[in-house]
Amino acid sequence: MNEDFVPHRSRLWLYALATLVIGFLVIPVVIVIPLSFSASSLLEFPPRAYSLRWYEALLGSVEWRDAAWMSLQVSVLTTIVATPLGTAAAYGLHLGGFRATGVLRMLVLAPLLVPVILTAVGIFYVFAMLGLNNTLFGLVIAHAMLSLPFVVVSVSAGLRSYDMAQECVARSLGASWPRAFWAITLPQIRLPVLSGALLAFISSFDEVIVSFFISGGEYSTLPRRMFNALRDQIEPTIAAISTILVVLSVGTVVLLEISRRPARRP
Amino acid sequence: MTAEAVADRLNAAGIRADARREKSALAALTAPSFVILGLMLFIPVGWLFWLSFIEDGAFSLENYTRMVVEPAYRSIFLTTLELSVLVTVLSVLLGYPVAYMIAMLPPRAASITLTLVLVPFWTAILVRTYAWLVLLQRRGVVNSVLMSWGIIDEPLQLVHNFTGTAIGMLHIMIPFLVLPLYANMRAIDRDYVRAAASLGASPVTAFFKVYLPLSIPGLAAGTVMVFIICLGFYITPQFLGGGRVTTISMKIQQNVATYFNWGAASSLGVVLFLSTILIFWGFSRLFPLRRITEVGGS
Repeated sequence: MNEDFVPHRSRLWLYALATLVIGFLVIPVVIVIPLSFSASSLLEFPPRAYSLRWYEALLGSVEWRDAAWMSLQVSVLTTIVATPLGTAAAYGLHLGGFRATGVLRMLVLAPLLVPVILTAVGIFYVFAMLGLNNTLFGLVIAHAMLSLPFVVVSVSAGLRSYDMAQECVARSLGASWPRAFWAITLPQIRLPVLSGALLAFISSFDEVIVSFFISGGEYSTLPRRMFNALRDQIEPTIAAISTILVVLSVGTVVLLEISRRPARRP
Repeated sequence: MTAEAVADRLNAAGIRADARREKSALAALTAPSFVILGLMLFIPVGWLFWLSFIEDGAFSLENYTRMVVEPAYRSIFLTTLELSVLVTVLSVLLGYPVAYMIAMLPPRAASITLTLVLVPFWTAILVRTYAWLVLLQRRGVVNSVLMSWGIIDEPLQLVHNFTGTAIGMLHIMIPFLVLPLYANMRAIDRDYVRAAASLGASPVTAFFKVYLPLSIPGLAAGTVMVFIICLGFYITPQFLGGGRVTTISMKIQQNVATYFNWGAASSLGVVLFLSTILIFWGFSRLFPLRRITEVGGS
């Protein structure tokens, strides 16, 4: 007996439609995987013969290797900058009771609301004056700004379901404030903090438009390099990179799901 | 005044001072994020806003009048609007059943299905754009399958045009609709639907009279999110539009990269941004946008 008194049978059309839509979402993401192992440079599906030549081409290319290394540095540094800053901001906003808390919470989301192209052009303009275009520092600080909302939103949600009285008890028993936070609060909100960090990392690693404006040459990130490659031709080397990125995003989602599961109440 | 009263007042003053100190410490914790936001977002965007009103070193509305006068700009606005409306409507029609199904599934199956929505959501946009190029091109997967099934004789022109752009955008936007909607649906108390059924409502009536209205906040949050993101699309039309589709964001990029015309680029950006804010505000007045901040699977 179904709990809504509607038999599954009469919902078949719903399941069918939803399954089609999910297929539409998933197929393009997984189709790049077999293509990247194709032996031919024609992007046929299914490939007639398999090989690792596109991965060899990828590993053999200094440009792609440099871009991957650049992206890794940028996103690791972005995560290192954005996670503590965003966590501190979420904590301050949670407890501060400022008159402007509502406005500040809205402003934190601004990077998601301002059209990215406008942000990119603005940063490019300011960086041109400061000489920060094509620098690691410039990329990291711009990406840190873009990923702040992910950290703040995630940690704020964690703090909402955390009982702050525990930190108060620790302090009333003589722990200093930083120690109370470090020893009592942080361990209990570590999963939201970690998922915020993960979101910051992946959003920086995948970021295209701002990087397109403020990075180039030897400072090109992986998406920046892909952008150029896609403009020229759609060869299977990109399928190989795409496969790596898909594996990365699957890993992210699985980690996020794991990090959220224990937080669920029975 | 008794000694106790004095002590109380001193104590109260001490507590107040402590509270003030704590509040400034909390403000100091919040500050660095806002410094970065200020330096990397508010100042740059504010500067562009300023530039949009300057022409040859003097105040001018030329950048704005150009948008009204030149037909080229009108067609860019129109294309962007058409794409955004089409993709938003399709996202709602296709996303609602997905969110609904996930909400109906038992927890384990729901979690797996949700993962299938989240994986494309977290896959780099360029990867997905590339995949669509491969799928939709003239001798691509979709055309070969359709031809081998005998549905079509000639390959369809599926990409490098409006159709391809819309398909690519739809793929990116559906999860943005599903996630807030599902978060809303999960919180709906199913007893309401059962009560409606026990009072004699048919499943269809119970859905439209009870369930759908309860899911409106999540639906509204998802819809407004999808629509405003659509307005700012750049990558997808750039690669899947094949030069036949120009959106506002693409024109902004062209103005900067090709013509070095900051004023023209900025004014377009300002219009885009203000429309975004206006739509967001309008929606939030019309619907109780439920936890729009939690979009993104958080």
